[in-house]
Amino acid sequence: MKTAPSFLNRRDMLALAVVAALLLIVFPALLDGFRLNLVGKYLTYAFVAVGLVLCWGYGGILSLGQGVFFALGGYGMAMYLKLEASSVENTKIQSTPGIPDFMDWNQITELPYFWQPFHSLPLTILLIILVPAFFAFVIGSAMFKRRVSGVYFAIITQAIAAIATILIIGQQGYTGGVNGITDLRTLHGWDIRTDSAKFILYFVNVVLLLSVVGLALFVRASKLGRILVAMREKEDRVRFSGYSVANFQIFVFCLAGVFAALGGAMFTLQVGFMSPSLVGIVPSIEMVIFTAVGGRMSLFGAIYGTLAVNFAKTSLSESFPELWLLGLGGLFIAVVLAFPNGLAGIWNDYVQPPIDRALKLRPKHQGDDVAKQAASTAPAE
Amino acid sequence: MLGDYSLGDLGAIFAMQGFAGLILFSVYVLMALGLAIIFGQMGVINMAHGEFMILGAYVTYFCSEFFQAQLPSLFPAYFFVAMALAFVASGALGMLVEWTLIKRLYKRPLDTLLATWGLSLILQQTYRSVFGPREVGVVLPDWLLGSLPVTDVIEVPINGVFVMCLTTLITVTVALLMYKSRWGQQVRAVVQNRVMAGAVGIDTEKVDRLTFGLGCGIAGVAGSAFTMIGSTGPTSGQLYIVDTFLIVVFGGATSLLGTIASAFSISQTQSTLEFFLSGSMAKVITLLTVVAILMLRPQGLFTLKVRR
Amino acid sequence: MSRDDKTGFHSPLRRKLLMGMAAAPFAGMMPKTAFAQTPATAAVNTTGLAVTDTEVTVGILHSATGTMAISETGSIQAEKLAIAQINEMGGVLGRKIKFIQEDGASDWPTFAEKAKKLLVQDKVAAIMGCWTSASRKAVLPVIEQYNGMLYYPTFYEGLEQSKNVIYTGQEATQQILESINWVVKEKGAKTFYFIGSDYIWPRTSNKIARKHIENHLTGTKVVGEEYFPLGHTQFNSVINKLKLTKPDVIFTDVVGGSNVAFYKQLKAAGINLEKQTLITISVTEDEIDGIGGDNIAGAYSCMKYFQSLDNPNNKEFVAAFKKMWGEKTVIGDVTQAAYLGPWIWKMTVEKAGSFDVDKIAVASEGIEFTKAPEGYVKVHANHHLWSKTRIGLAQKDGQFKVVYESPELIEPNPFPKGYQ
Repeated sequence: MKTAPSFLNRRDMLALAVVAALLLIVFPALLDGFRLNLVGKYLTYAFVAVGLVLCWGYGGILSLGQGVFFALGGYGMAMYLKLEASSVENTKIQSTPGIPDFMDWNQITELPYFWQPFHSLPLTILLIILVPAFFAFVIGSAMFKRRVSGVYFAIITQAIAAIATILIIGQQGYTGGVNGITDLRTLHGWDIRTDSAKFILYFVNVVLLLSVVGLALFVRASKLGRILVAMREKEDRVRFSGYSVANFQIFVFCLAGVFAALGGAMFTLQVGFMSPSLVGIVPSIEMVIFTAVGGRMSLFGAIYGTLAVNFAKTSLSESFPELWLLGLGGLFIAVVLAFPNGLAGIWNDYVQPPIDRALKLRPKHQGDDVAKQAASTAPAE
Repeated sequence: MLGDYSLGDLGAIFAMQGFAGLILFSVYVLMALGLAIIFGQMGVINMAHGEFMILGAYVTYFCSEFFQAQLPSLFPAYFFVAMALAFVASGALGMLVEWTLIKRLYKRPLDTLLATWGLSLILQQTYRSVFGPREVGVVLPDWLLGSLPVTDVIEVPINGVFVMCLTTLITVTVALLMYKSRWGQQVRAVVQNRVMAGAVGIDTEKVDRLTFGLGCGIAGVAGSAFTMIGSTGPTSGQLYIVDTFLIVVFGGATSLLGTIASAFSISQTQSTLEFFLSGSMAKVITLLTVVAILMLRPQGLFTLKVRR
Repeated sequence: MSRDDKTGFHSPLRRKLLMGMAAAPFAGMMPKTAFAQTPATAAVNTTGLAVTDTEVTVGILHSATGTMAISETGSIQAEKLAIAQINEMGGVLGRKIKFIQEDGASDWPTFAEKAKKLLVQDKVAAIMGCWTSASRKAVLPVIEQYNGMLYYPTFYEGLEQSKNVIYTGQEATQQILESINWVVKEKGAKTFYFIGSDYIWPRTSNKIARKHIENHLTGTKVVGEEYFPLGHTQFNSVINKLKLTKPDVIFTDVVGGSNVAFYKQLKAAGINLEKQTLITISVTEDEIDGIGGDNIAGAYSCMKYFQSLDNPNNKEFVAAFKKMWGEKTVIGDVTQAAYLGPWIWKMTVEKAGSFDVDKIAVASEGIEFTKAPEGYVKVHANHHLWSKTRIGLAQKDGQFKVVYESPELIEPNPFPKGYQ
């Protein structure tokens, strides 16, 4: 690799424009409110997938605990919304009015201290970003400083996801338990349940997602991105060159965690509740699958992969409710065996070359070759 | 908590808890042994391990049905037949999976995780379609039920003793296979350096297939044994997967001795905590402790000197 | 059967949602032979539901995959049976019922998504569905927002009431109080030990049981209370504690795969249920299939329905169910409650003379189903059912022998005073 792709080169701009047009114009024009809301829900998973492209595809760190970060964001938002929905007036039939209903059912008579900050929206947003970042920092610095890598990191994060689930379900007085935090109504007085609110939230979600992708593109194009790839290929050489490998890994892990948390917060807003079923091992692995299907090296592929798998899942389970797992399982195996670079790989191998040939009629842009090379770099082996 | 009991009771508590911990220990070793071979020796992250166990459980179920209907006189002994068949069935499926799927992925360990996750979904749905979505009840021979009274208070469940004996037997067999037989030597050679092993004339493909089959077969036997203590349904396998992986990783994946030591420490911690705390909290604290220790000592309890 | 429940029919409404709704204004319209007179679609469907001149669409929303498929399969089967039978009798208001089945996949957000799909896209007239409390809680806001009608079959923890939900299972007080009174009276029980799975239903149920034992009965107490994560399979430690505390009654609400592990280990540890009284509120015939009759024989289960109930309605129901789903299938409490859903909906529609959800919500109160397999049931103003509670003694063949039946229908009371 001679030079790295510059930030927002022509190809990225084009891809960004296509995905923005698809999400902001085509889907809203073609889909009814219900389907659009569904797409909005899927796109919240794409936040996680984009983070995974950075930390798994580029950094070689496979986390099977991204559901935990998704949950931190989702629960943060849900706590704020729940407090707003649990005004004294709305909850006057409870023994202790003014606290969330599930606390009342568990004989809790006072709002726990860690719920207090969630009365304030700015503080909530701040915590949605800071708590996952801090948490990722703690996990990351404990493990990367000791050079835990690859498989071990995956399994330890998986265990963390399992612990988080048991903890959330077990502490139901504080977390809503297995039911999650349900019956959320308004965001700062704005009713999020109406169709118009859902429509607006969809656009907020897409814009936020595109910004996240933009940030990820920036990271990829920066020196950091190149070091990440170098680390993945030959960790020791980077270390011997004087870089602190651990610090870079911690950073990218934190970034992926924050992305996931943003997705979680948007999930809560669009779906209207948060549940521990999004925390555990199964959803965490599914999110890795979205990334793999999209192509683990492709930031845009993450979005398409998430959409493709979820559309397949929804339509298969609508038409063959009892057989869709077979198709889904088969898809995972096919992706791993036949298309290790996912949709992005197929695109780069079969679709891009003709387009490139067409583009070559015009004066050749210098960044193109390199970008192609970067985009089709084989995954870690 | 302890204030309510007399001294004699306390003695009984410790005796029974110790024994409960030993049973849990045997269960954990049995669960983890197959994975220790597949993951520890071969580096394959087999997320479908639980499903291989459940295959063994279903085989046991069919044996119990068959013997009840066709050979009622031999029913008391059917469990041994069932375990043998479970080993063969899971082992054969394992070899098939290795041949079609895993073989292509040895250079990409993280990808085996994704592929076997897909496999586990397929197996779950297959069980559901073939055996029905409900749980099946495995009828056990009478001699496996009940308990042996040791004193007035202390009683020892027979199936616990049975699991302990089975675990010991399988562990010793595996250890002998791995460390004393020629085949075990080949397995270890392939683990340490696949290319060199191939160069000196070891048929690495065959060794891989047999190793994977052995690991899956042991999972099948474990599943068969677990019909005595747990449920048998299409998704029951998922219950075991996290614990199993943690045990193997905690033990330092490449060492069988490590797996045993880690199963021992985790089971004793959990069983003791469970007595003093609620079940949920005991589980959380145990897992947290394990993860915390792993963060401080990522290579696990026992390890080969190489970092891979 | 004395009917002092007539007074309860007019009992004070508990939530202002239902206040001011006059009871059953359309009762006179209830057609005796629905098939003969098919009212115009425009008249019976003013809100754009999926109703044509010949068909009406309902949704079935359960988990066909995932961990809950084990439990929810029976409900799906019962609902399909009820729909088939109703269609055989001519359908509802002259229209055949068509159903759309969706898979909740044991995942609560998926339940919410599918419920919304059924209501918004398919415009179903009613949804038969959900099993766990968590799935109901996820679906409830959707049902209320889009004004759907949900028939929910599972016995559950109470603390909920909605215009848009009919709860055909028992709420916690209906199930628990009678059983505790019975065991105290019959067995002279003084000490109780609670063991449950760690989520809201067991915790709320045990709370109600504890309040009853401590505040409403004399000389009785709870000596232990333990919860285990869902899917837990190792119970040796708690069994040791049981051996030491020697409670008169073990009161359990363990669910799912844990159930199987719990009873197998209990038996292996030498606790003989013929001698040790154990009452469960979570084991039906469905669960025994997995546990094995040998392992649980001698335990008492407290439910409103058992497959072995001896009445003509039930004999007919069991025969029809087995004909449709095979001789080996068993029928548990929830399966029967799920069977009630389509029937109660049909009767309510006919009483209201309309498929409109608002009219059905009002007309539901006072609907009586005399052909219910469990015997006569009636819908309360709070949308739960008046029903009897029964105690069954588990047999080796996986069936229950009914040893007690509450003399009266028990009033549903989802917000019990003094138990919260």
